Amino acid sequence: MHSSPHILQPASVRSVMTKVLIALLPGIAAYVWFFGSAILLQIALASVTALVAEAIMLRLRDKPVMLYLGDGSALVTAWLVALTFPPIAPWWLTVLGVLIAIVVAKHLYGGLGQNPFNPAMVAFCAMIVAYPQLMSQWPRSGFNTLEPMLHAIFFSDRQLDALVMATPLDALRTILRDPEQRATIAGILGSHATFGNIGGHGWEWVAGGYLLGGLWLLQQRVITWHVPVAFIVTLALIASIFNSINPAYFVGANFHLFTGGAMLGAFFIATDPVSGCTTPLGKIIFAAGAATLTWIIRSFGGYPDGMAFAILLMNLLVPLIDMNTQPKVFGHKAPPRSPRSARPSPQGGGSSLERSGGASERKPDA
Amino acid sequence: MSVYREITHNGLWKQNAILAQLLGLCPLLAVSSTMVNAVSLGLATILVMGLSSLAVSALRSFIPYEIRIPVFILIIAALVTIVDLLFNAYLHDLYLVLGIFIPLIVTNCIVLARVEAFAAKHSAGLAAYDGVVMGVGFVWVIGLLGALRELVGQGTLFSGIEMIIPGATAWQILPEDYPGFLLAILPPGAFFVLGLMIAGRNWLDHRANERAKARLLAQRAASAA
Repeated sequence: MHSSPHILQPASVRSVMTKVLIALLPGIAAYVWFFGSAILLQIALASVTALVAEAIMLRLRDKPVMLYLGDGSALVTAWLVALTFPPIAPWWLTVLGVLIAIVVAKHLYGGLGQNPFNPAMVAFCAMIVAYPQLMSQWPRSGFNTLEPMLHAIFFSDRQLDALVMATPLDALRTILRDPEQRATIAGILGSHATFGNIGGHGWEWVAGGYLLGGLWLLQQRVITWHVPVAFIVTLALIASIFNSINPAYFVGANFHLFTGGAMLGAFFIATDPVSGCTTPLGKIIFAAGAATLTWIIRSFGGYPDGMAFAILLMNLLVPLIDMNTQPKVFGHKAPPRSPRSARPSPQGGGSSLERSGGASERKPDA
Repeated sequence: MSVYREITHNGLWKQNAILAQLLGLCPLLAVSSTMVNAVSLGLATILVMGLSSLAVSALRSFIPYEIRIPVFILIIAALVTIVDLLFNAYLHDLYLVLGIFIPLIVTNCIVLARVEAFAAKHSAGLAAYDGVVMGVGFVWVIGLLGALRELVGQGTLFSGIEMIIPGATAWQILPEDYPGFLLAILPPGAFFVLGLMIAGRNWLDHRANERAKARLLAQRAASAA
């Protein structure tokens, strides 16, 4: 029996995860259209690895295997890993990434609901630190013949010259930092096949697909507006400000939003209910911080995309943010300063001075 | 005899400086990227620990209680300087690799912790034995950590052995085309592997406890029947 109001509450982990998987489909469709079906193979590989690893870990931890295996959370992690890795990554790189996500980032931290870091992003960061070269080889836009991609995935003699191209973010940064070329953003964007109308050629449509799926998730109330809106607005705002200050060096907002993992991050990764913030204000701070860090790492850092590192760094701050953004309890005058101080004292608002005095008195005993 | 056995058990397992007390993590994490580096620093640490425990224990009735810590540090620093100069003279290549971490043995918490907690209160023989055993406890952990990181990170063992034994070569354990796993060699890898080792130790202890409990219950049931 639920307490009133008696509204049917159908949201289970399983239905939420299924909806997330469905919402990823438009982006995947665009991905396949522009870059061939190799990504489907990677997704399948990641899914099988994730399910096997999840089953083994559940077994080791004496948890009901079929119950947790069916909730789909491992599949969502697997798909996100596959979608953030290059589609021509060697098979073992994808498998290793998924193993790190499921075994290390999820189960070693206590399993679903306990992990402080987003598993897919842990996998991405671990792999880009361990294999920076392999993680930076992305297929040339418009190149969607399956056979050479399969060869690159399954054989160690990777003939990549015809296949590989830097990502739009990488290409832009490399040319900008080369003092010989004296290039400006406008010139670069116009002159290279990597770039499309607003973002990377092909990639802008993939990002659009994620946007579409994300909006559907919003409409289905799987996620709330706070994270995606705060992420997109902050990233757009910072990019626009710096773009208007120095348009030759800082690229504009639409490019930032439609390249790399920005859309995937805004709707599917930063919205992770486990590793992200839970309070409404906290979600906004979390997403805005992630967007700011993404922009900083993209503009001044050395990695292909800053989103994964930004999300992990903000994951670290989640307890702090959540603790300081507790919403006001109905009927109380002042919001409690932290959940800890709100819980034990029956008289409610003891001043912080009294509390700290009590703490120092207790110290000698401990 | 049983005193020595207890000291040995404490140093190697029960109160192991790293796995149980989590002391001396700075050199542990910084130098354990290969097995040779790790074991070399560990051996230097054993030498310092044994000698400093011996010296402090022998001098303990002359050291005023109020300023004992500075005096301990001076004694340890003198011994570390000797070890540092020895490395510089006889194992110069290794000395260049280990660099600042040999002088930093002075600040290694394990050394001061054992001197303060044990050597200052026990006779010289016991103290020296405790220092050495604690050092051995440090060496096997840092050596295993170095071996695991080296094996996973680059597929070899004993790389850099030529710095100690000229002419010796590293063992290639995994196949030549092993792509390596850079993360294991970078500092985060040290934290990961150490975390797994501590988890392994806790798991072994937990299992031993469970078994002891089961044995006790079985005995009780047998005696009751």
